[in-house]
Order: sequence, then C-alpha cells, then structure tokens
Amino acid sequence: MIPALDVRDLSLAIGGARVVDGVSFAVRAGEVLALVGESGCGKSITAFAAMRLLPRAVTMTGGQLLLEGNDLAALPESRMRRLRGRRMSMIFQEPLAALDPLSTVGTQVAEATGLRGAAAREAVLAMLGEVGISDPARRIRQYPFELSGGMAQRVMIATALIARPAVLLADEPTTALDVTIQAQILDLLRRLAAERGTAIVLITHDMGVVADIADRVAVMYAGRIAETGPVARIFAAPRHPYTALLLAALPRLGDAPKAALAVIPGQVPLPSAFSAACRFADRCPLVTDRCRQEPPPLREMGADQLSACWHAERVR
Amino acid sequence: MRRLPLSTLLLLAVLLLMAAAAFTAPWISPHDPLRQSLLLRLKPPGSVDPRQGVFLLGTDDLGRDLLARILCGARASFAVAMLSVAVSLVVGVSLGLVAGWVRGWAAAIIMRLVDTMLSIPAILLAVLTVAVIGPSFLSLILVLGLTRWPRYTRVAYASTLQVAAMPYIQASEMAGAGAARILLRHVLPNIAGPLMVVATSEFGLMILFEAGLSFLGLGIQPPAPSWGSIMSAGRQYVERAWWLTVFPGIGLFTLVLCINLLGDAMRDQLDPRSAGR
Repeated sequence: MIPALDVRDLSLAIGGARVVDGVSFAVRAGEVLALVGESGCGKSITAFAAMRLLPRAVTMTGGQLLLEGNDLAALPESRMRRLRGRRMSMIFQEPLAALDPLSTVGTQVAEATGLRGAAAREAVLAMLGEVGISDPARRIRQYPFELSGGMAQRVMIATALIARPAVLLADEPTTALDVTIQAQILDLLRRLAAERGTAIVLITHDMGVVADIADRVAVMYAGRIAETGPVARIFAAPRHPYTALLLAALPRLGDAPKAALAVIPGQVPLPSAFSAACRFADRCPLVTDRCRQEPPPLREMGADQLSACWHAERVR
Repeated sequence: MRRLPLSTLLLLAVLLLMAAAAFTAPWISPHDPLRQSLLLRLKPPGSVDPRQGVFLLGTDDLGRDLLARILCGARASFAVAMLSVAVSLVVGVSLGLVAGWVRGWAAAIIMRLVDTMLSIPAILLAVLTVAVIGPSFLSLILVLGLTRWPRYTRVAYASTLQVAAMPYIQASEMAGAGAARILLRHVLPNIAGPLMVVATSEFGLMILFEAGLSFLGLGIQPPAPSWGSIMSAGRQYVERAWWLTVFPGIGLFTLVLCINLLGDAMRDQLDPRSAGR
C-alpha cells in the first residue's frame, strides 16, 4: 500500500545552513505519526516543505515528497494549489490567529470546499457537527473573536478536513490550549483519523501528547531524525540517548513533590553550528570520539524501530 | 462597536446635509443656475425681483442666481471628488496589494514609481495634463484619479506586508486559496480601515483640487458652475460684489474642514491605541 505521505531524504537549507538534513518518514492512511523534538529542530519547516509553502529564505536542497505516490516537487504551482486543502491540509498552534478576524466561521470553513450556497452550507453544518461544535447553525454566523481557543481549533480542524484530505499536518495543534481542551482535541483528531482514514502528522514537543494519540513516533534533533518507531516501543525501550532523556524529562505523578525536574543540559545548536558528525554529541551522556567524527546512520533496532546512534545498544 | 462621539455625529450631519443639498440641487434650487438676466446683474444678497422672486445670495455678473450656482457647483465638486477618489483608490490599492504580496522586484518597481509620483507636485502635473488633453469633466477625473493614487499604494503596501504575515493568511494558503482570492477576500478587508482614512482626507483634497483647477479655467467649463470658476469670475468684482467670492469660499472651507475633521475622527475610532483619549 502506498503511504499517504512519504518524505524521503528531505534536505532544507537557509543560506548555507542545512536546517533539515536527510529526513525521511512515511504515514499511512488512518495512522498518526508524531514528529517530536525541541524548538528549532526543524519539525515545522518540514511540514511547510511538504505543503510546498516554504518561507522565501528556505530552499529545498534535496529529497522527495510523495503525496499518495505523486512527486510534489515535480508539480506546477497551479496543481499544487489544488492539492492544498483538498488532498493535504495543515492546522497551527494559534487557532484564533489562524482565522480571518473579519469573516464568519461559516465562510471560512466553506472556502476549502469549493462549494457555494445551500450545498456549501449543508457541508459546513455537517462538518462542524462532526468536530463537536454545538449548535453549528448559530456558530457559522459568528466571527472568530466570539470563539474560545478550543472552539477555534475545532473550526480549524473542520476547515482542514472538510475536503477529506489524505494527509493532515498538525503543527502543535494543542499547545495553546488548556489541558482538558487539549485532551478533547486530541481525541477528536484520533477519531477523525480513524473514521476518515486521514493520515496525520502531528508535530509536537510534548511526549505526553505523543503517548496520547500517536501510532508511531519520529524524534527529530537538529534537523535529523534521531529515532523512529512504534510509540509503545519508543516509550518502553528508547534506542537513542536523546529520546531517553526526553522521556526522563517528563514529570510523573508519584515523583517527590518539589523534586527538581529532569533537564537535558545545553541547547539545540544553531543551524549554522550543526556539526557534520553526530549533532547530539555535545549534550550526550554516551558520547565517544567516534560520535564527534562520523555521523551515525539510522540503524534497524528490530520491531520497526530505527535509531541514529553509534551506541544505540547501550541506551537505557 | 464603540458609540460615535457627539462631535463626530455633528460633522457627519453637516456633511450629509451638504451632500444631500448638492445631489438634489436641480430639484431644490430656487432658480435656473444658467438663466442670465442683464437687468439683474450683481444684485446683493436678499434682493427681490417682482417677477423672479428672491435672490437669497445675490446674483453674479450675468444676473444668474448665486445660490443656484453654488448648489449646482457643489454637485460638480462632489461628483468629481467621488469619482476621482474611486479611480485613485482602485489604482493605488491594486498596486499596493500586488507590491505587498509579491514583494521583491514588483515592490521595488511599484514603490519607486510611488516615490517618483510623490516628488512631483500633483497640481502641476494636473495642470500640465489638462492643458494637453483639454479640459472636461472626464479629463478632470482621470487627471486627479491618476495623479493621486500613490498615497493609497503606500498605505496598502505597508498594511499588506503586515497582514500577509498573519497566520490566517498562511492558513488560507494552506487551504489552497489562490493569490487573487486571498488578496480580495482576506487581505483587503483587513487593510480597509487605514485606507478609508486616506480616502477621506483625499476626498477633501480632491474637492480643493477641483476648485483650484476650475479657478484656473482647467476644470469644469463655463457656463456650467463650479465653486472654483464662480470665485474666479467673482474675483474681478470683489470690491463691488463680495458675495461672489465669499459664499463659494465659505462652502468650500466648511466642506473640506468637515471632511478632514471626520477623517481624524475616523482614524481615532479605528486606532485602538487612541481609545479613551
């Protein structure tokens, strides 16, 4: 079966700095893949590349983007535009900012359908109902300022999914929401992915969100994939020191009150300072000379798990 | 929606009254603005003629009723100002939207053109153009419309740059909307506020320009009345018949002042930072 979205060896550069370097992942229909990492590790820019809406400063220097088997890089912009919102769509972190303050909810959701009049209205009402918006007939006449953050994100999801795209890219969709709303939105995404067979790429820095919703995880660090695998495997037996440290940084119920939170020392290097060898070397507890000389390839760790670490076997 | 302050409502009322009087001029005018009568030349305000009735604001050098001519001239002023604002608004805003959206070379060319236009005195350019293509109602509108667009372009360009960076614009790109649709449906409504403020102040300026050009004989052509040409004709009688210059002058002054004050009030309403001041 062809994956809904297949990213192969994607490389992106800003000037001379390779901000994304040989990233590959694939999502199948109905599957949720979480793309995890700290700020600045290239998650969002990867999603923008998939939509072919990269900021001007960023250029794609290599790799392939296949949407349902079609090479996106080869499409003319006019055809690419017809795919956006129809076969592949995206939602963002700040749902209220992502809605035009001067158009009604109904107009904005209808925009992605290409329908007009009564047909559009029917489709919008049905979709708003599906994303759990109560009294859609009243909501479609409202303006964004009348919505709460959770409502606005539901509207965004409705807009993104109304044309039944094959792929939904969700860039930190719950980061700006409070925890109960966050859980509801994640449930909603999970349910819609299953019901409609939408492949979801969920970009997040929150391992809690990953555990909640994802089927598979790709951990990114400094523009490269550090580790990928099924969510259960990654949580039970991480094979990359970065993943292990991320997991250790999750606060748990049962931790001593006021115990110091675990942190990963240091920070993600700036893209201009990315090393040619292992980019995590400077922060890694397992670092050896080899890590500073050769970039580690992704290696098969069994059970569909891959790790880019020379010392994967030593990670606990 | 904040309630409008009383002063703004008052300005609006005066302006609407003047506009209403201007547009209903043919019906409310007490006399025919073109009817000459050599026996009734230069009658002072309030003169009464047993057969023709009262001349409230007096008559001009050809015995035509000044009130009728001022009302009819107001209509010409409004018409010219509205149409030329419309022309310059469309031209200026389109260029500004394109420059702000495409950026790069398009913005460079358009904005340098704007700088060039703004460095040429508009009235000189207008005088020159009218002198070449000949004065008429249409050429007046074209000349004013095509010389006064750069301010809209500047404002539209800056606002478009700002709005184009908003997440909701990105979101509609993600939803597959094309550039034209995004510009017209999402960018334009969101930059309309500052553009309306510019348009209001331009409206006042257009009325002044029209009066100025007509005063110079390059605008509305006689015998059709216009405030500028009435004043221009009255200039030579200013010692004997002050009303010919004073009344159109008061009309012009009041109208432009109202429009400018209204523009200021509108800017205050639209700018949240000036709330409560």
